[in-house]
Amino acid sequence: MNNYFFNVLRSGINTTFQDKGRFHLQHLGVTPGGCMDFKSFSIANALVGNSLDEGVLEFAYQGPLLKLEKGEIKIAITGNVYFQIVKSNGEILDGECNRTYFLREGDQIDILATKQSAYGYMAIEGGFEIKSFFKSVSILSRAQIGPNEGKKIKINEMIFFKRPSKNKKNYSAKVLKNVKNVIRVLEGPQFDYFSKESQKDFFSKEYKISNLTDRMGMRLEGLIIKNIKNTNIRSEGITKGAIQVPADGQPIVLLTDYPTIGGYPKIANVTSVDYDLLIQKTPGEKIFFSPIKLHEAEQLYKEHLNSISEIIKNIKEIN
Amino acid sequence: MFKKLNNIGDCGIVCDFGDEVNRAVNANVIKLFYHIKDEISKGNLHGVLNYTPSYNKLIINFDLSKINSSKIIDFLKSVDFSKISFSKKNKKLIIPICYDFEMDLENMCKTLKMSKEEIISIHLNTDFFVYMVGFIPGHPFMGDLDPKLFLNRLKTPRVKIPPGSIGVVEKFCNIYPYESPGGWNIIGRTPTQLFDKQNETNPCLLSPGDTVKFKSISKEEFEKLANE
Repeated sequence: MNNYFFNVLRSGINTTFQDKGRFHLQHLGVTPGGCMDFKSFSIANALVGNSLDEGVLEFAYQGPLLKLEKGEIKIAITGNVYFQIVKSNGEILDGECNRTYFLREGDQIDILATKQSAYGYMAIEGGFEIKSFFKSVSILSRAQIGPNEGKKIKINEMIFFKRPSKNKKNYSAKVLKNVKNVIRVLEGPQFDYFSKESQKDFFSKEYKISNLTDRMGMRLEGLIIKNIKNTNIRSEGITKGAIQVPADGQPIVLLTDYPTIGGYPKIANVTSVDYDLLIQKTPGEKIFFSPIKLHEAEQLYKEHLNSISEIIKNIKEIN
Repeated sequence: MFKKLNNIGDCGIVCDFGDEVNRAVNANVIKLFYHIKDEISKGNLHGVLNYTPSYNKLIINFDLSKINSSKIIDFLKSVDFSKISFSKKNKKLIIPICYDFEMDLENMCKTLKMSKEEIISIHLNTDFFVYMVGFIPGHPFMGDLDPKLFLNRLKTPRVKIPPGSIGVVEKFCNIYPYESPGGWNIIGRTPTQLFDKQNETNPCLLSPGDTVKFKSISKEEFEKLANE
């Protein structure tokens, strides 16, 4: 272990290390996990010149307060985040997302809150010094898998990084906010378990995001969806973004840390193109679901990935 | 072999083997599972991320930036089940159980009108087949119990079940690898660790398709094994 580290002065609500996730283990009960918002995760790494797979800090709602105890390091914060940099001389800078900052020993980064969004990311040049499990540094706190003994970051912990920054230039990316509230979905494997009327309601009425929302799932409140076949199915493997409807008729969207096997019928599945948009919605926000076809979903996702590549290609040096 | 092949979302495929749950159906699910695993270890099916067997289905998850549904369906249609051999890969395990840690045996005796000894003896004499592993890491769903032991889930699930607890419901038996909530009828506990995150190459004791037999141990033996 080297000597470059941050001290955690405040942990935040749900601060973890994340990368793209851990694969080829779902048959053993290990969910892929990984970053919730792939776009913000990728841009954070690109800004500090990392490989796009490097592990970053993910936080939700209130983020951590970190003091750079040893070393000099370049950081980038992405998402829609309110944060400040407190210089060692007491000077306070209001931070901007999607650009880099160069921190010196004694500086603090205070990630106060995500604004009208749920998740934000902090990447550092060269990456954090963290141990991977099955080729991933994603923390799955429910099963205590991953670095930091698989636990969320706590106060007074030390967060080590691989090396001090070499490149002192700063960079910024141009990222447009997506404010849509329509989530495009594909019909689920048990779509025909629900009444014709409920199928119509599901694609036309609003659903409110409830407080019971975390990395594993998002519970929605809205018109009751009526099951006309069977409210339980034989347990089967789960896919990220599956929208299952238990007996109470209120849908649950299964998110990144989903249970690997589930036994409720699924009315729909969130498309890959709109997944990042959905998970950034906060409790109380209202959304609509709109059905599209598989080939459209595939084409839209291709365009979405191209737009991320464009943002990364257009990262510019600033002063 | 498949009854249906469908997409589930834009980055998943469901291989449906029919509605029945029995070992013959599940054996085909597991055959396909090992076949996909082999293909991936040979460097094929680039972009496939997970392949999760359950009783009568296999769900394939993939990275839509690398592969898509139609390519996976083409691959699946070309699979010749008669040419896949997988039986040699399955393990036979003996797992110790201490019935002194039961939580529901007395109620089970009343419901089933059997003695504790009879229930335990049926459990010990069953060759369990691991249909699937999942929900949480290392958690096996095993069958088939004698229909004489058929029980439903508890009306009110427990908030906390100690790790290692062994439960039964219907014709199935499970082991809770972590402390968790649960509604199964708990008949004992094992000191055996089901998921070892220190072991990167093989973290999970049981895989789909393995067979398990239980061995009764005393409380003293339990403590000894738990401290090893």
